[in-house]
Amino acid sequence: MTATACAACNSAPAAIRIAEAAEPNMTLSVPGVTCAACIGKIERGLADVPGIQSARVNLTQKRVSLRSDLDTERVVQHLAELGYKAFPLDAGVLGQENDPTGRDLALRLGVAGFAMMNVMLLSVAVWSGATDATRDLFHLISAAIAVPVVGFSGQPFFRSAWSALRVRRLNMDVPISLAILLATCMSVYESLNGGDHAYFDAGLSLTFFLLIGRFLDHRTRASARSAARELAALETQTAERIDGRGRSITVPISDLAVGDTLLVPTGSRTPVDGILKSDEALTDRSFLTGESDPISLDRLDAINAGEINLGAPFRMEATSVGEDTTIRRIARLIEGAENARNRYTGLADRAAQVYAPAVHLLALAAFLVWLVISGDVRFSLNVAIAVLIITCPCALGLAVPAVSTAAIGKLYELGFLVKSGTALERLAEVEGVVFDKTGTVTLPGVGDLAHRLDAGEKGIALALAQESQHPISRAVQASLAGTMPAEVTNVHEEKGKGVFGRFGDEDVFLGREEGQLVLRVGSSVRTLIQDEALRPGAASAVTALSAMGLSSSLLTGDTPERAETIAKALGIEDYAARMSPEEKHDVMVARAADGRRVAMVGDGINDTPALAAAHASIAPSSAMDVSRNAADIVLLRDGMEDLPRLFRIARAATDLSRQNFAIATAYNLVAVPIALLGYATPLLAALAMSTSSITVLLNALRVRSAR
Amino acid sequence: MNVLAFLIPVSLILGGLGLAAFIWTIRSGQYGDPEGDAARILMDDERPED
Repeated sequence: MTATACAACNSAPAAIRIAEAAEPNMTLSVPGVTCAACIGKIERGLADVPGIQSARVNLTQKRVSLRSDLDTERVVQHLAELGYKAFPLDAGVLGQENDPTGRDLALRLGVAGFAMMNVMLLSVAVWSGATDATRDLFHLISAAIAVPVVGFSGQPFFRSAWSALRVRRLNMDVPISLAILLATCMSVYESLNGGDHAYFDAGLSLTFFLLIGRFLDHRTRASARSAARELAALETQTAERIDGRGRSITVPISDLAVGDTLLVPTGSRTPVDGILKSDEALTDRSFLTGESDPISLDRLDAINAGEINLGAPFRMEATSVGEDTTIRRIARLIEGAENARNRYTGLADRAAQVYAPAVHLLALAAFLVWLVISGDVRFSLNVAIAVLIITCPCALGLAVPAVSTAAIGKLYELGFLVKSGTALERLAEVEGVVFDKTGTVTLPGVGDLAHRLDAGEKGIALALAQESQHPISRAVQASLAGTMPAEVTNVHEEKGKGVFGRFGDEDVFLGREEGQLVLRVGSSVRTLIQDEALRPGAASAVTALSAMGLSSSLLTGDTPERAETIAKALGIEDYAARMSPEEKHDVMVARAADGRRVAMVGDGINDTPALAAAHASIAPSSAMDVSRNAADIVLLRDGMEDLPRLFRIARAATDLSRQNFAIATAYNLVAVPIALLGYATPLLAALAMSTSSITVLLNALRVRSAR
Repeated sequence: MNVLAFLIPVSLILGGLGLAAFIWTIRSGQYGDPEGDAARILMDDERPED
């Protein structure tokens, strides 16, 4: 295919081909994709990687969808080599390209829009004074268009209303469905009997406007993936049990009992909680504590399920198994907190709980009162329908999703991935922020390498560090910015050890040896000092948050001395050290019980119960998968300086939603009395509904100018 | 008024054509990446497998 001859000819067929191609199994958010050149660079670059079958850049959403056999970490690394920072996304977050529900809603929306415009045009003739046969003909044509379209496009509302009614509850969709169906049925009856008023246009525009809201709402809704279930993936399924005669047998972990002796091979995870039976062991407990240093253990020291054995194989005795292990206890805490959060009702839902019964009672009252006064069923029913249509819940069904969509889009540009529709509301209600320390407000640092290493070592250290995504490698890279990397060949990374390579005819290594961070060139070994550096922007974020009236606290599993140092550097007065995951969770629950709503910022599994229990939660992009799942918002940038903007935009968005309710109420205060008095015409209903919908929609867009 | 007998069907058919085109664009996924598609037509070489 000669694309240069007619590039444009290819673009539409290409889109079809993509839709038919293998479904992508991985989506990465790549905020750095900004121009047309990036598309070619990434797609060509990834196409050359073995194991990646297809890659497609979405420039609008700034993400890459790919079909690949590699794990996410490898793909992120390949993208980093191409010069793009990428973050894994859960499939289903923020509306997918090939999302069937989204397409279905768009189709219903398009059909409703088409019908609304045509019926509106026919109605203009009626409003302008068409009478008798002409009017009846126009009504009948409108009916022919409206009835099938209402049946098709209104389905999302009917289905939702029916499922609410079946469990004897009222939701927003009950008055909506009632208004649409009653208006259509009554209008058909009026048309057949030569009546004056038909509300086809009103019924259709109600459907159209509310479908816009439903569509936007769908796009901002994240898939409800449970962090608790994700945590289960960290558990091993089998264990090596040593029997009475010293033989090791592989058994499923469900068969283990307290007192069993287990063998933990190098590089594997411990299956249950226990105590060490060998003389010494070296494990990685970072999944639990967030502290990346390996932990050396002596005989009889306690070990948690899920730790990785970094040293020689060791034996342990199981002390708690099954539901009692640390990892299961954390999973249960997360699950409980997630359930509590799912019960949170958003602004729109709270308003709907008041609104739905009020509208029904008002319409019913109007019907009954007019029935008694006039004794005319048909007229009374018309008044009731006019009331239902004019009290269009557009502010609830359209304005809130429109505000969230605009705010979430803006936040994404600023480097915040908002995963939950109600997250912004919850964030706006918060009065304090709790930070985790390690990995959240601090990053691992390696001191001032530029002055401590000689020129040759600097080049080698940088060459090795840039091949790895490990936080310490990143710290080495940051510390050596401005240095040129040396030509190191054969570079490979070993988990839990470091990066190996070859420089000239010498073996080189950057990583951990006997618990120390070293750079080895041939036989010369240089020990590197490891410390903590503040995350860029963390201190200024804390200052700006307190200027906004948000108090900051620090909860860490680390020692009181470290906690104090970092808290002082950040300007935080309220801090607590040596906190276990349960204690962090309990702090959040206790604050919630005191009526103090707090947001949690954290990155480790030890923070995850607290993230789930907090009123709103934020995780940095470097966080564990489980924590990112539990958090409402993921920070896509390394720095934290924009954190106060997140809170400001969340507050602005919530204010705008409230404003929209006020605007809609004002419209109703004018129009509803007219309808109740029986003076409403289809023209008035159409005007009131359209203007209030358009006003709230335009008002919603103002969130984009929030600073 | 007889002209209505022509004009109403004509307007409905034209509108229906627009609707059919819209349904086609949705079905073929043309709203997934409007910015990217705008940029792609200017790219000299298509992806390697094309």
